[in-house]
Amino acid sequence: MTFWLLLTVNSVTFGGLLFLLSAGFSLIFGLMRIPNLTHGSMFMVGAYLGTTFLSGALPFTLNFWFAAILAALEVAILGALMERLLLRRLAGEQLAQVLVTLGVSFMVADLCLMGWGGDPVSVATPAGLAGFVRFGTAVFPLYRLAVIAIAVVFAIVLWLMLERTRLGAMIRAGVDDPQMARVVGIRVSQLFTIVFGLGAGLAAFAGMIGGPILSVYPGLDQDMLPLALVVVILGGTGSLLGSFIGSIIVGFLYNFGQALLPELAYFILFLPMVLVLALRPQGLFGGQIL
Amino acid sequence: MTGRHVAIAAAVFALIAVPYAITEAYYVNVASQILLYAIFALGLNVLVGYAGLVSLGHAGLFGVASYVVAYLLAADHGHAVAILASLVIGLVATAGFAALSLRATGISFIMITLALGEIIWGLAYRWISLTNGDNGISVTTRPAPFGLSLATASGFYYTTLIIFLFAIAATAIFVGSPLGAALCGTRDQPRRMNALGYHVWMVRFLAFMFSGLLTSLAGILFVYYNQFISPQTLALTASAEVLLMVISGGAGTLLGPVVGAALVVIVKNVVSGVRLTGLSGAVLVVIVRNVVNGLFEHWNFLLGAIFVAIVVLMPEGLVPGAVRLTRSAWRAANRQKTAAPSVAGPKQ
Amino acid sequence: MTALAVSGLNKTFGGLRVTTNVNLKVDPGERRLIIGPNGAGKTTLFNLITGEIAPDSGSVLLFDRDITRMPSRRRTHLGMARTYQIITLFARDTILHNVRLAMLGLSPLRWNPLIALNRQRDLTVQCRDALKRVGLEHIAERPLAQTSYGERRRVEIAMALAQNPKVLLLDEPFAGLSIDERQDVRKLLRAIPRDVTIVMIEHDMDTALELADRITLLHFGEVIVEGTRAEVVADPRTREVYLGE
Repeated sequence: MTFWLLLTVNSVTFGGLLFLLSAGFSLIFGLMRIPNLTHGSMFMVGAYLGTTFLSGALPFTLNFWFAAILAALEVAILGALMERLLLRRLAGEQLAQVLVTLGVSFMVADLCLMGWGGDPVSVATPAGLAGFVRFGTAVFPLYRLAVIAIAVVFAIVLWLMLERTRLGAMIRAGVDDPQMARVVGIRVSQLFTIVFGLGAGLAAFAGMIGGPILSVYPGLDQDMLPLALVVVILGGTGSLLGSFIGSIIVGFLYNFGQALLPELAYFILFLPMVLVLALRPQGLFGGQIL
Repeated sequence: MTGRHVAIAAAVFALIAVPYAITEAYYVNVASQILLYAIFALGLNVLVGYAGLVSLGHAGLFGVASYVVAYLLAADHGHAVAILASLVIGLVATAGFAALSLRATGISFIMITLALGEIIWGLAYRWISLTNGDNGISVTTRPAPFGLSLATASGFYYTTLIIFLFAIAATAIFVGSPLGAALCGTRDQPRRMNALGYHVWMVRFLAFMFSGLLTSLAGILFVYYNQFISPQTLALTASAEVLLMVISGGAGTLLGPVVGAALVVIVKNVVSGVRLTGLSGAVLVVIVRNVVNGLFEHWNFLLGAIFVAIVVLMPEGLVPGAVRLTRSAWRAANRQKTAAPSVAGPKQ
Repeated sequence: MTALAVSGLNKTFGGLRVTTNVNLKVDPGERRLIIGPNGAGKTTLFNLITGEIAPDSGSVLLFDRDITRMPSRRRTHLGMARTYQIITLFARDTILHNVRLAMLGLSPLRWNPLIALNRQRDLTVQCRDALKRVGLEHIAERPLAQTSYGERRRVEIAMALAQNPKVLLLDEPFAGLSIDERQDVRKLLRAIPRDVTIVMIEHDMDTALELADRITLLHFGEVIVEGTRAEVVADPRTREVYLGE
């Protein structure tokens, strides 16, 4: 019984982590109409950078949360630069943009290999959250519950941003109808840069948050990217609610799949995605037809 | 005999002469590698260049063919059985791929093929009882059809060459055929083609099957070449590599994928053995040397960088780019001639 | 037997009713003109007739055969051809190849992956004939990208005629043409024999009216007036539609 309960909690935790990863991916996809194939790389770089900030290799050490935020900021800036310098040159050519993100993801993966080596780096659970929580006979790692809480907080913050701020309104307009948004005076290309940077930063933050659970290793990007893809296909591009629900679904599929049918784990994970793409291309929630 | 026929004959002759001209087995093997990847790239190009459908999952189909051969050989079946089964299963897998991914076009198509490629990779990686997972399967023998051993570098090369010539001839015939023209039509104006009476889905499906055939052939050659298959061969990086071959050489051309395959294989194999030495002194020079050496050690970085460079700077690829440059050079040269001072007045 | 019979055709996009209870009966050999202000739903009606969009309700009959559920490509094989308002031709190819694709679409040859298309002499000759009919044979080998707008309109018509249609749907064939070019196209259309039924959407009244036997006036997706030229011109509702409510 506790096995299932633990598996469920882990699924929700993983779902929360995936939400942090996919929310940005979904916004980028909804707004710019491209699957950002560097998203997994941003996740990984965020985690790597975070570990460097934590390790004292720099003249200053930071606490876990500051390291995460700093890493996120750095990656956000790099993301925005990439959009500005490479993607904007190919404005309107979605296929070319996707290929560029693919190429950059390979470059980033190798740079990480050069910078941090081939061995996995473990990330210590932040102080104060290293303990356990007891519910009757069940014991849950406190950090995993914290991740769920963080995901929920971010979901609310992002929702507020999208629904209540001017930036959010512009993003929603751009997702709905980019031509119309331009006509109305929204600087769509600037919006692209901002959203791309935001998405990258969010992914990096997620990477660091996921560090204590997943650790960081070469290939983490290739592990996470397909998951973000599945979430967004199931949940719909440009839909925050969709990302949230999609993340939970994938969290469950992934964990339960691994536990029950490890040999078919990937199959279980990707089959719903393929089916949705084949039968209902706009996802379960998004109105955005790819 | 037109000039074209002479050029083709000369090229074929040159290809046949390779193992005689280059005696070192290492380089003959590289040539074999170029040819087998060229077959793979030609297969992908049917979709990318002629159908206008970019697949990021083709390494999955490539790998299926390889795995079937390896698995059957490890289970003590003969080469003929292994190869035949591989072709059949490869085509079945292709049909499945096609049926699912042809529901979409454009970016959706890329994503479905990416997902399908990942599924196959995931199966190879996780279904350990079938595929031995990350440890892969070794292939210890090579076939010896009609007594000719493929165990030698040149033996293997000639077999690969024959299949390559078949592949390129088949592609040329296909592209020049009514079905090929229909396929290109669906790439350029799918809605119009539909209105003109063509069955757009079926045309694409048939093209996909042809692509799958070439891809399976390449996969079979690969596993015999490499004597080993592991999930790495099916990864997204592998799909990206073959796509790079197609777009760097020039999608939608016959020679583009071949040139692209040569480029990628050579950079990956030969150049990575290169080391800049003897440069010392100024810090800048040392940095450059280290960076360049470092780059060549890190194939993924180079792959990504070339990808980005090609897409941003020369999206049509090397072959059309070269053709374009040659034509403008030719035109410029002709203009020079007619621009000479003449009493006859300006010519058009 | 009517060549084309449309009954009770309805279509709604999102919340917008684009086609409302349209009935149309075109006799074999007739020249029918469909007119109406912008946004009247004329091209949508064509799309419904050719099968590029599916109606919500109603039926389309081609020579008394129900084609309502048939995919576009099959309707083409039954003798329906159309041209488009916005030119969507194969820009990378020559004029000849464009017409060749149109002709090939109806031939079982289109499935053949083995023969060389360029060497199909009969096909090429037929294509050249089709181009001759529209006066473009002399530039058959020219890439489409290097042709003028007027020439492209004629290529469209050549492609449609190359399909040997029984019912020809022309969507604004005169759009964007100069006075001389209109003359050429008018002559072309008048030369089409009466075994081809023509339904034409057009804005240019002067050119179109003289070609038409009967006229249907559409407004907001509904048929407002239908009749001979004289009848439609005299009808007060026509004036209402064009000069404002």
